[in-house]
Amino acid sequence: MSLGSVDSLVYLYPEGVLSLAIVIIFIADLLVKDKEQLGNIALGGATLALVFTSGLSFFGYRLIAGLQCGNDGCWLFHRMMVLDNFAVFFKVILALSAVGAIWMSLGSNEVKGPNQGEYYGILLGSTLGMFFMASAANLLMAYLALEFVSLTSYVLTGYQRHNRRSGEAALKYLIYGGVASGTMIYGMSWVFGLTGTMDYTEINAALMQGDPNRLALLIALVLIFAGFGYKIAAVPFHMWAPDVYHGAPIPITAFLAVGSKAAGFALLMRFFYPVLSKAGEGGAWHVLAGVDWPQLMLVISMITMTLGNLAALNQENVKRLLAYSSIAHAGYTLMGFVVLSDEGLRAMLFYLVVYYLMNLGAFLVVMVVANNTGREDLEGFRGLAWRGGALPAIAMAIFLFSLTGLPPLAGFIGKFYLFYAVVKEHFYYLAVVGILNSVVSLYYYVRIVKTMFLDMPLGSEGEVTLDLHNGSLLALLSGATLILGLYWAPVVDFANRSAHFFLG
Amino acid sequence: MEHSVLSLLIFIPIAGMVTILCLPSQAQDLVKKVALAFTLPPLVLGIWLFLHFNRTTPDLQFVVKVPWIAAYNIEYFVGVDGISISMVLLTAFLCPICILASWGIERAVKGYFALFLLLDAAMVGVFCAMDFFLFYIFWELMLLPMYFLIGIWGGPRREYAAIKFFLYTMLGSVLMLIAMLVFYFQTDFSFDLTKLATTAKHFSADPVLFGLTMPQLLWIGLFINFAVKIPAFPFHTWLPDAHVEAPTAISVILAGVLLKMGTYGILRINYPLLPEATLQLAPYFLGALGAWNIIYGALCALAQCFIEPKDMKKLVAYSSISHMGYVMLGMASFTPQGINGAVLQMFNHGTITAMLFLIVGVIYDRAHHRRIDGFGGLASVMPVYTGVMALAFFAAMGLPGLSAFISEVLVLLGAWQRYKIPTVIGAATVILTAGYLLWTIQQMFLGKPREDYAQMHLTEINARELCMLIPIGVVVLILGVYPHAVLDLLNVSLLNLNKIVLAAAQGTAVALH
Repeated sequence: MSLGSVDSLVYLYPEGVLSLAIVIIFIADLLVKDKEQLGNIALGGATLALVFTSGLSFFGYRLIAGLQCGNDGCWLFHRMMVLDNFAVFFKVILALSAVGAIWMSLGSNEVKGPNQGEYYGILLGSTLGMFFMASAANLLMAYLALEFVSLTSYVLTGYQRHNRRSGEAALKYLIYGGVASGTMIYGMSWVFGLTGTMDYTEINAALMQGDPNRLALLIALVLIFAGFGYKIAAVPFHMWAPDVYHGAPIPITAFLAVGSKAAGFALLMRFFYPVLSKAGEGGAWHVLAGVDWPQLMLVISMITMTLGNLAALNQENVKRLLAYSSIAHAGYTLMGFVVLSDEGLRAMLFYLVVYYLMNLGAFLVVMVVANNTGREDLEGFRGLAWRGGALPAIAMAIFLFSLTGLPPLAGFIGKFYLFYAVVKEHFYYLAVVGILNSVVSLYYYVRIVKTMFLDMPLGSEGEVTLDLHNGSLLALLSGATLILGLYWAPVVDFANRSAHFFLG
Repeated sequence: MEHSVLSLLIFIPIAGMVTILCLPSQAQDLVKKVALAFTLPPLVLGIWLFLHFNRTTPDLQFVVKVPWIAAYNIEYFVGVDGISISMVLLTAFLCPICILASWGIERAVKGYFALFLLLDAAMVGVFCAMDFFLFYIFWELMLLPMYFLIGIWGGPRREYAAIKFFLYTMLGSVLMLIAMLVFYFQTDFSFDLTKLATTAKHFSADPVLFGLTMPQLLWIGLFINFAVKIPAFPFHTWLPDAHVEAPTAISVILAGVLLKMGTYGILRINYPLLPEATLQLAPYFLGALGAWNIIYGALCALAQCFIEPKDMKKLVAYSSISHMGYVMLGMASFTPQGINGAVLQMFNHGTITAMLFLIVGVIYDRAHHRRIDGFGGLASVMPVYTGVMALAFFAAMGLPGLSAFISEVLVLLGAWQRYKIPTVIGAATVILTAGYLLWTIQQMFLGKPREDYAQMHLTEINARELCMLIPIGVVVLILGVYPHAVLDLLNVSLLNLNKIVLAAAQGTAVALH
């Protein structure tokens, strides 16, 4: 069912909590002298939003906000947004990303300073935008949400105003982002021209009934994908990622890598699955209007993972290396996208969860090292295990092997489900490209492990110590990576439940 | 006991690992003792297993089967039959010996023994797992500790050796992952290896790629994975590097147990799951390649006597390639003698090569080098050591009365019935084997002692080292005169497996269990 503006508001209480926290931070910024407290307010807000989204799930939403919303979901704000299991799933991941990023920021040396209020306020604002991305059900809403996230991300990237690299990254991000979103909205206008509507369900209905010009539709889709692909850092819209990841403060890099990417995938999946295709028997989906976009995505997926992995091989800066690795992982995740099946969807959802754990963890270790020694290059990791940093080194090894996809770590299970979906639909060559890429990726991940464990410190590197604040998050993330590799049934059930779109 | 014995074998070392991680890192001696204490119970359990194993049935025994991830039919399913029992025993036998061999480790002792115990658990797990998914998990789980054990505690080029080992093995195992998923979707969504054994007939017989059918492609994919471990030419190049750089105990594990996983995997997965493809492809991939492995390995080993750096460990490493060739040749024969001989050879090579590496380790610990031409007349300096060495070398040579003789003869007898030329090659290579081993003995042990021995502190082999070598020597001797101690364990299961594969040719299915 579709709710009007006033009725919908009550369903937005996690977003409401975030907005409230933003307002409190900005006001408190004027009053409080100890700016450190602002981070705690942000952490509280994000945690509350997380509790509201995850603790309660979709069922909880209905329980709290009344039963106006149907069993499977409902439209909000006159069909501008939709609330369903899928949206709730992403809101959980996004809230987790925000909590993780804020927790990291509190322990980061880069974030200290008088402008913390703005930093945390904008970080929460970005999260708010991502929440909207997860539930956008109208091209206009999708565009607005994406732009909201982009604009806040530019600012966050350039937070260290006096750092040239940070400024350069922000500018590059802005220019690439501007081009991508301009391309995207141009594509959206084509879709509007072809179908006469911006509403997801109506576009879907129009495509099912009418016979739009295939070429025009294909062009429109490619143009729109420029915007979505830019958010998930898929080739050829990935160029910003290495520079931005390199230049941004590390908590923001982590936030962009896990949060922004997940939100991009949410937009991508909701637009391409229920809008451009039709659910068929046995969890298979079929494309509409004869536009074979999965074929295109197949190529993009293969190129993205291959290019990401090959480019990562020779990186000397760990943040940059992880940037390329995150491009490669966008390619892996897209494997679940091209098979057009429910299996693929749940594999992607599951993968985004484990990707969150291991990537956030990896960036956290980079931050711990940078905090202590001020270095982010590979040489700065030299002999890390032998100069006081044994625990971060072990955690990093867990994250890196998990990113490679080795059992018994969560990353293996994630990849397993992706390959599961791919092999099930008989995309054998995609599977082979995927596994060869895993082998290539092993080389550069192990290079970091080698530097940390096998190389001896030269003596000039500083000691690395782990404080309780960062250590607790690190323990949580590495523990979860390990445990999810051994027992992952609850998470896969959650992904299973969430891989359903509300179609009205 | 009946049901928990295999799980105990797997999880006691893990418990040991956790215990060691909790110990303070200064307590180096304590760590070593604890590690030893956690490998002895599995040895006792192994003996119990040996005594209680029912030798008259091909069925799985000591089975535990509990759901793990129910929604995807993933199970914790362990059990042993004749194919795996000897390997489980071998692992349980070698692990405490390797702990003893690692007594001299000084750097990061805690990490070393924790990783070693993890490796121990993973190895036993591979041999016990009867669920493909579980098998894969344990298979990959071996990689991580192995990488660190070679990479941190190895020789000068350890980093190169470790990453090479890692990349080769990973390349193989990801192929297995794809094959595993294809099997899963071919059955009614099951990873149960006993169920999968009846599914190959569901594949269509049409060529898919390069004129090969789906089962053949799967067979080759799985074979590449296992061939890396065996290691079969041309996937063998990681082995000499890994062996030369690895610390002694790790070399022992590598040659004694890890290499066997290659041939074990082929018997456990390729044979029963793809019997038809096995019959079609085994003559090339196992028969011909096996014979090539035998002679190639022997020639490379022989070359170590003449080519710099004349490394004794490298010689032993190449001899492993040669000896594993006999296993491949025997497996490919599809005769009772051949296949029994192959698995017996796996066990015998595991013990003998373990001895050889330990012997190299003993001299390396004293002289800090292992150049074949850097010694001479050791027999008069270290007579006891020379005696133990002679036993191992003659066993490796295949001298009658010692264990390897029986298995090699069985392999050749079996293979002769099917392949003439490869068998002739295999038999003739015995001369090369004798050549490089005798040459080494002559150069290192006979003649006059060198003058620079005074600086090397060449003391006689000590009690700890004898504790490692004598038990293996006893096993080698016993199996030389009474091979039935192991053969009886294998026979029924292997004959049944052989029947399954041969039946596939006639299109009749025989139930595995």
